Formats: sequence, structure tokens, C-alpha cells
Amino acid sequence: MTDLAAPIAAAVPAGRKLAETGQWALIFRRFRRHRLAYASAFVVLGIYLVALFAEFVAPFSANTYNARYTYGPPQPLQFFGRDAGGELRFMYVNGYKMSFDPVALKRSFVVDQNSVNPVVFFARGEPYHLFGLIPWDRHLIGPADPSQPMYLWGADRLGRDVLSRTIHGARISMSIGLVGVAISLFLGLLLGGMSGYYGGWIDEVVQRSIDFLKSIPTIPLWMGLAAAVPANMDPLLVYLWITIILSLIGWTDLARVVRGRFLSLRTEDFVLAARLDGCSKQRVIWRHMVPSFTSHIVASVTLAIPSMILAETALSFLGIGLKDPVVSWGVLLKDAQSILALTTAPWLLAPGAAVVVAVLALNFLGDGIRDAADPYA
Amino acid sequence: MRPIPMLERMSALPVTAVAQPEPLVTVRDLKVQIGTDDGLVRAVDGVTFDVPRGRTLCLVGESGSGKSITGRALMNLLPPSGRIAAGRITYTDRAGEAIDIGALDPRGRQIRGLRGKDISLISQEPMAALSPVHTIGQQLVPVIRRHLGLSRREAEARAVEMLGRVGIPKPAERLGNYPFEFSGGMRQRVCIALALSCQPRLLIADEPTTALDVTTQANIIDLLQELQREYGLSILFITHDLGVVAEIADDVAVMYLGRIVERGTVDEIFADPRHPYTQALLKSVPRLGAGRHTRLAAIRGMVPSPFDRPAGCDFRPRCDLAIKGLCEIEDPGTITLGPRRDVRCVLQRTPSTDSVVTERSTSHA
Amino acid sequence: MLRYVLRRLVYTFATLAAVSVVAFLVIQLPPGDFLTSFSAKFAEQGGALDSDALTALKLRYGLDQPWYVQYWLWISGILFRGDFGESFEWNKPVSELMWDRFGMTVLLSGITLIVTWIVALPIGIYSAVRRYSWLDYVVTFLGFLGLAVPSFLLALALMYVFSRYFGMSVSGLFSPAYVNAEWSLAKVGDLAMHLWLPVFVLATHGTAALIRVMRANLIDELYKPYVQTARANGLGEMELLFKYPVRVALNPFISTIGWVLPNLVSGAIVTSVVMSLPTAGPLLLSALLAQDMYLAGSFILMLSALTVIGTLISDLLLAWLDPRVRYA
Ligand SMILES: Nc1ncnc2c1ncn2[C@@H]1O[C@H](COP(=O)(O)OP(=O)(O)OP(=O)(O)O)[C@@H](O)[C@H]1O
Ligand code: SF4
Ligand SMILES: [Mg+2]
Repeated sequence: MTDLAAPIAAAVPAGRKLAETGQWALIFRRFRRHRLAYASAFVVLGIYLVALFAEFVAPFSANTYNARYTYGPPQPLQFFGRDAGGELRFMYVNGYKMSFDPVALKRSFVVDQNSVNPVVFFARGEPYHLFGLIPWDRHLIGPADPSQPMYLWGADRLGRDVLSRTIHGARISMSIGLVGVAISLFLGLLLGGMSGYYGGWIDEVVQRSIDFLKSIPTIPLWMGLAAAVPANMDPLLVYLWITIILSLIGWTDLARVVRGRFLSLRTEDFVLAARLDGCSKQRVIWRHMVPSFTSHIVASVTLAIPSMILAETALSFLGIGLKDPVVSWGVLLKDAQSILALTTAPWLLAPGAAVVVAVLALNFLGDGIRDAADPYA
Repeated sequence: MRPIPMLERMSALPVTAVAQPEPLVTVRDLKVQIGTDDGLVRAVDGVTFDVPRGRTLCLVGESGSGKSITGRALMNLLPPSGRIAAGRITYTDRAGEAIDIGALDPRGRQIRGLRGKDISLISQEPMAALSPVHTIGQQLVPVIRRHLGLSRREAEARAVEMLGRVGIPKPAERLGNYPFEFSGGMRQRVCIALALSCQPRLLIADEPTTALDVTTQANIIDLLQELQREYGLSILFITHDLGVVAEIADDVAVMYLGRIVERGTVDEIFADPRHPYTQALLKSVPRLGAGRHTRLAAIRGMVPSPFDRPAGCDFRPRCDLAIKGLCEIEDPGTITLGPRRDVRCVLQRTPSTDSVVTERSTSHA
Repeated sequence: MLRYVLRRLVYTFATLAAVSVVAFLVIQLPPGDFLTSFSAKFAEQGGALDSDALTALKLRYGLDQPWYVQYWLWISGILFRGDFGESFEWNKPVSELMWDRFGMTVLLSGITLIVTWIVALPIGIYSAVRRYSWLDYVVTFLGFLGLAVPSFLLALALMYVFSRYFGMSVSGLFSPAYVNAEWSLAKVGDLAMHLWLPVFVLATHGTAALIRVMRANLIDELYKPYVQTARANGLGEMELLFKYPVRVALNPFISTIGWVLPNLVSGAIVTSVVMSLPTAGPLLLSALLAQDMYLAGSFILMLSALTVIGTLISDLLLAWLDPRVRYA
């Protein structure tokens, strides 16, 4: 229309401000305003750090077991108290007293207020190789006397420490999200980009495939595909297979976003405004298009990770994803599958808390990034 | 091709004595504030004007100058975060009683009884102004029934009559159509029919032709003028387009950054613009042979953001005639030149007018 | 309208065909053909399959033929005779095993879908209209939580709570007395008594998602010019809200069936395994674990068909409600 010039004149003061502060800084500033998302960023970072340093953070290795403590209940960390001798103690756990019911053939644990197992930071414990390279034997937290039990989140059927296993499980569960999303992103960028860039029949084919993949229920399909993964395969290969299977459907959302961005970027008002404002084409691309594009992708990727994590958890829980020697949150939760196990040891659900926290934090984070990237959407 | 009438009446300044009818709406020192994430916007910052009975007042100005907000304030229909912060909007109703629109509860029964019945609105976007999933009958009939208390059948008859009146062919059949089945121009006609269906006394037309093509624009303007003659309608017409102003306006108010910088009759404004902004606007209009779609954007510089208003005169950063040492310090205030004529510019301060300057505070938060 | 319906129907059939190919591929996926595993299983049980029987089976499934012939034999059996093949695990035709379970899945998903809508709609509307009110914050947070808790985890937690604190076993859909009983009013009542917990578990995720969708849609609509028009014509806020923006926002809401239903069916599988519900889930899982591929493939086919058809229904509903779709 002939009056086009007027609205642009209004857009420009804002546009100029944008260019001055820079798109990235602006996005970051808007992001910081989302308190919850900002806090979640640190939670997510923390979880990934824990996963990275799992051997150090966890008091024990994932497979350390002690049959004496089968289904030992959680020993909550105490901060102040007196031991049997009446001496004041800092940071300790109470020991167990065991009683055996000969009729029900059941062992039961009673917390023994009198036995005190001191707990220390940087405890000497089982030796391990950090990142598989650096040999060390210190653990962030652990019993001062390594022979004493310290099951902060309780023990499982084999007397393994649920907390340690959850920490080690973070490595697989959180990375499967990353790897899966990386594969999805590759497929999404490739197919979505082609779809948006070429249009025409390519677009049509890609769009129809996406529609198709979205209309079938994912779990049965994943189950079907995962069941075909041979049982005796190397765990690492199984891991890879499962991620690929999950990505086979995960790419669709990312492809949609990429395509949509491609289409809209070409016509977006601010690009036009920036052009009229006298920016060169290069400048328009680097200062305006790339930040807007990438921040959207980052948001979608962040939001895709939790669904990967949930999918892995569900498949492993059913026993057709990752399997026992491998430790992931889904594998751990499989132990809690029967109501019998659950009533004896409800703490087996604890890895579920890790899943919920990780997924929540990632969702908040992704939401915050998306809002910051696109406050008007 | 409608060149702006150039009137050789430069010297024929208003001979005040012509009796003016009571205005339908008087607006005095209206201020509207809107809360945004970035702070409080003073979208309208002290405007004063009258809408004369049976005549058209045009509100002109660049985008963001507060025209729409002013128009909406007359119906007390502001965005949720907006409020009338000061001033009086007095509407004289059919019984002759004065109502302070700004003092009414914006969701209350009384103002709702006025909206659509006494005061109507046609908006800028005919494409989006009607619900996409209701037929136009479903949108017209309930409004007529509500305000005129008619039966369904009578209301339908009235809707058909109105649609016919605004020039929609086969109106009875089109009542069952959805908005997307109409072209842009026809849709705007539907909006006009909706706005006029209850015989309002004031029509607020917020850029009713901006989104339309040239011929359609002309048709709509003609239609509005015709309806005005027929119903004795008062119109507050908001536009960017000086060509349209020349054609439809009786009075003109030029807005800049939430204030009216110049006000006068259409002849005065076109023949004898006093404010540098008005002069620049008119200069940017090609005189002869140009289409009536003329832009306002040819003035140098940008509209400042409402958050950093310049000190002194709002227009100073863009003004060619600015006086150093005066304009950036002192708010020019409103200089009254006649009963329907005033200007906000220091250049108009003559010894004779100095006495009527309404001093205004020079500080802006 | 007719053209739209026809187009949707054609598209649905194409999707169903593609789904059937995928299901068939899943059947074919496990290494080795199933006859080998079948005879192995038979041998395990102490019998040996004579060669006549083997040839008969080979002929029936066209095992010597290229895959598309096998596919055709399989799909035509389903289409024309309702023959889904044989379950080797159960030694029964798949169709005998499947329909009851599948019916329960349809019932469970359907009820959950309805509950999801009934709950999500008003909350979503409230959240949008009273944006940034404390209730909106609570709802938004619960929504995030609902999306973050896997349904099986919720089921496990609830089962634990019920058995630990109320001494109730909440698994299954029937009390022991009714499991094998004929259908009767009492059995339906018993089902209703058991159904609410699985429905609650399954509805959580979808409700959380739909509240967010409804809230976002409605917020989009609330500031559209047509709402202003309605206001400018003197409509009251409540009246206006339900007549215009809610009505418009409802349309994308309805089209969410397209993705809620697949998610629901997926969630129902895992939850059913946990809660031992007699739906498709547990049987599908055990079939997959035992590589009883005809049974598994048939479930995958039927569950996918369920969502595809559900999507078709939502599309048609949408066309009926939204003139823009209808006339497009
Ligand atoms: N809903 C809103 N929320 C916040 N600020 C608003 C809103 N509507 C208008 N404003 C602000 O109020 C000021 C005046 O806006 P208004 O819509 O009245 O301008 P206008 O003169 O009608 O412009 P246009 O010609 O573009 O329609 C602008 O600075 C704008 O940023
Ligand atoms: S007051 Fe000064 S700056 Fe403002 S319009 Fe008049 S001359 Fe220009
Ligand atoms: Mg406007």
C-alpha cells in the first residue's frame, strides 16, 4: 500500500535500538527476565556437570553391591547429634539394625539411633578413572569408614546404592537426549531446510511424511523397532540404535520449525525495516536473521531434549530399550515395576524424581528461550 | 485524481461571529496512559478538541501519534493496561444531558449502552474486524436487537436494509455469508453497516480506508459523506492521508506525539498552516497530478520514542524553524488563534496572542 | 465441503496404507523368518513340526515369495477375511486375541480424551482471561509438572500410595469376580469403579498440554480486532468472551485431537503395563518380547489406524465447525 512508509517509520526507532544493543544481548536480557527459566538454566547445567563427573559425585560406583543390605531403607543425612558415647557429632548417618522374621522369611531394617557412621566430604572410597583417564579415589561425599553402609536414597534388590546409580544414570539419560536431539536436528535442518528452501514437490513430500509420522502413536512404533534390536548386541550399539530410533520421529518438530523460520524470515518485517534503515545485506543476515533463526532453533532443541529423555525412560522401563548392565533412569525405574517391589522399597522410585526435575528444568529453560527469542509470538 | 483544493483564502481568517452549534463531544485536556513492559507510555498527553454536530473532525498524524487511542478514549475503550489519567470527555446525549465518558466504568452498563448505539467505531482492519467463524447476520442481528429492542425478524430486516444502504448487492442473501466470502471493500462496507445499524450520533472512523485500494477508498469516503448528510452523523475521522482530509473534513486536528499541535477548519489548515509540522506535512504532498494517497513520511528524522521525548517542543529535533535557546527549553504551550483554532509553536507568539497563551509545565518525566 | 471430505478420506486411506506397510516392516524386522522361531518354539515344547505343516504355513504366508507378495497376502487376509495371522505364542489366531484388548484400549482412550477436554477447556479459558493471576500461575506450574511426570511414574506412585495408605489394590480394570464374567450391568459398574484411576493417570499429560494450547490460542484471540468490534458494539465481557474468542479458539483446540490421540494411545500402553490393564499394551509388550510378530504387528497396525481415524474425525469435526476450513 502507499501508506507503507508510515508504519515503518514507527518500527525504526525500535529497530535502531536493537542494532545498538545487538540481537544477542537483547535476547539474553529478555531471557534473564524469566526468573524461572534463568534458574532452570543453572539446574540443567548442574545436572550435566553431575553427569560428567558422575564417578566423583556419586559415593559409590553403579555396580557396587552388598547383599547384606538388600532393600535397605534410606539413611537420612543427620547434621547434629550424639553417638552412643554421648559425643557430639557432625554430619553422619545412623546405622541399621537388622531383624529377621523367620515366619515371613523377611528381613527388616530398623534405624539404629546409637550407631553413628560419620560422613565426610572428599571421602576416600572406591578407586575410579575420571573421564576414563585420571585415576582417583576421592568421592564428593561418602562414609568416613568405607566399610560402613551409607545409603542416602536407600538400597535396591542387590544392595546397590540408589543415589549412586541415579547419578551414574544421569550420564546415559541426559546424553541420550543430547545425541538424539543432535541426530534429530541434523535431519530436521536438512529436511526442513530443503522443504522451506526449495518448496514445491519436495516441500509436499516432506510435509506429508511429517504428517504421517505424527499421526501414528510413537510408543508402539518405537517398541516394534526397539524389539528388533538383537538382545545380545553390545550395549553401546544398543544405545546408538535406541537414539536413532527415537530421532526417527523426533526430527519432525524441528523440521517444522526450521521450515517455518525459513519461510517467514524472507518476509519478516524487521528485515525489511533494517534494509530500509540502510543496513547492508550481510549485516542484515548476521545481525538480524541469524540471531533470530538460531535462538528459535535453540529453543526448539531445548524443548526436544526432555521428550527424548521421557521416551528413553519409557522404553527402558518396559524392558525393550536399554537393559540392565547399562544404568539409565529408565533401567533403574524398571526395578520399581512391580507393586511388590514398590511396597517393600518405595525409594526405588527416586530416579523418577531425577527424571521429573531434569524434564521440568529443560522445559522451563526451553520456554524461556523461546519467549526471549520471540516476544511477540 | 483528486488534487487538494488550494484555496485562495489565505487572508480570510475566520470571522468568529458565525454561530457554532453546540458540539456533540467536547474533549478537554485528555491524558491517556498505557502501561507496557518498558514503562508507562503517555499515549495521549493533554488534548483538547470538539466534535461538532453533523460535521467531520479529522485527526491527522504520523503513526504512533496517539490518534487511535484518542478515538478509543471517546468510547472509553482503551487497551487493558490503559487508563484515562486526566481530562474530561463530555458527550451530550439524545436527551440533552451531558455525560462524562471518562468517568464511567469502562465495563459498566451505561457505557455499553452507548457503545454501538450512540457512538460507533469502524476500525482500521476490515479484514480482522469481524469474527471469522460467524456469519455477518450472526454478528449484526444481536447488536440491533440489543440496542433497538427489536424482534429477531425486525432486526434481520433492519440488517438487510443497512447492508443494502451501504451498497452490498443482494443483502438478504449475503446475511448468511461469512466474512471471508467478501472482498476487502465489501467487508469494510459490512463494518460500516454494523457501525451505523443503530443510528449512532457519533462515528469514530479509524483509518477506515487505509487497507483498501484506491477506487474502493473513494467509494467508501463517498458513502460516509452520503450517510453523514442523510443521518446528520458526526464523524471523528482518523487518517494519515491528507487527500482524504481535504475531501471529508470540516475541522482538522494535527497530532504529534500524543498532543494536538495545530487545530483549525480544513480551509485554515490547508491555506494557512501555522505549525512547522503541519507545513512540512503539506509540503510533502505533491500538489497537482498526484494521487490522493500521499505520505506523511517525507519529513526528515524519525518520530521520537514516547519514552524519550525531547525537552522543550516535541517537534524540535525535526523542526527547520526551531529557535536555538528557546525551543529546546521551553514548552511552547497552546496558543489560541480563534475559537476553533490553536497552535503549539513559539513562532505564533505575537504580542497580541501572548496574553492567551496557556502556560504548560515544561518538565517531562 | 464435499470436496474437503473427499480429500480427507483419500488422504486417510493413503496414510492407512502407509501405516500398514510400516506395521508389516515391523513384522519382518526380527532376524530370521518367523517359521524358524516357530519350529524352534515347537521343538522346545517337545513336539516337532512335520514338513507338511511347514509347507502349509509357508504357502499361507507366501514365505518363498518376494516381500510385496507376502505383504499382499497379509493385508488382503486382514481386509477381506479379518485374518490377522497366527499368534505362535498363544497358538491362536491373532483376531481372537486382539479384539477384546483393542476394544478396551479404544474405550480407555476415548473416555480419557473426553475427560481431558472437559477439564482442560474451562481451566485454559480461565488461565487466558485471568492471565498472571495466582491461579494462572498455579495452573501453569501444574501444567509443566504434568508434562514432566511420565505417566507410568504417576501410575506407580498412585499405586503405591493406594496400597500403602488405603490398602487398596488399584491395578486391573475389573475385580477378580468379574474378570471372566459375561458382560452385565454389574460388570460395567465394576469397570467404572476401576476405570477412574487409569483415566486420571492418562489424562494428566494431555490435560496439561491442552490447557497450554487453549490458553495460548485464546490469548492470541483476545486481542484481535473483532473482539474490539464486539466491545465497541456494547457487548458485555462474559457474553463477548464466549460468543467470539472462545468460539474461535476452540477450532485449533479441536484439531489437537490429531496429536493428543497418538500420545494418549502411546501413554496408555505403558500405563497399562504398569497397572496390568487388559488393554493392548501388556499383550503388545509380551508379543514383542517373545517376537510373536503377527500379534505385535497387528496391534501396531490397529493402534495406528485408531489414531489415524481419530484424526480424520477431528478434521471432519473441525470442518463442520470452522467455515474457513470448509470452504477452503
Ligand atoms: N495496546 C497497547 N499497548 C501498549 N501501548 C500501546 C497500545 N496501543 C497503543 N500504544 C501506544 O500508544 C501510542 C499511540 O498509539 P496509537 O495506536 O494511538 O497511534 P496511532 O496514531 O493510531 O498510529 P497508527 O497510525 O499507526 O494507527 C503509541 O506510542 C503506541 O506505542
Ligand atoms: S516551537 Fe520551535 S521547535 Fe517547536 S515547532 Fe515551533 S519552531 Fe519548531
Ligand atoms: Mg491507529
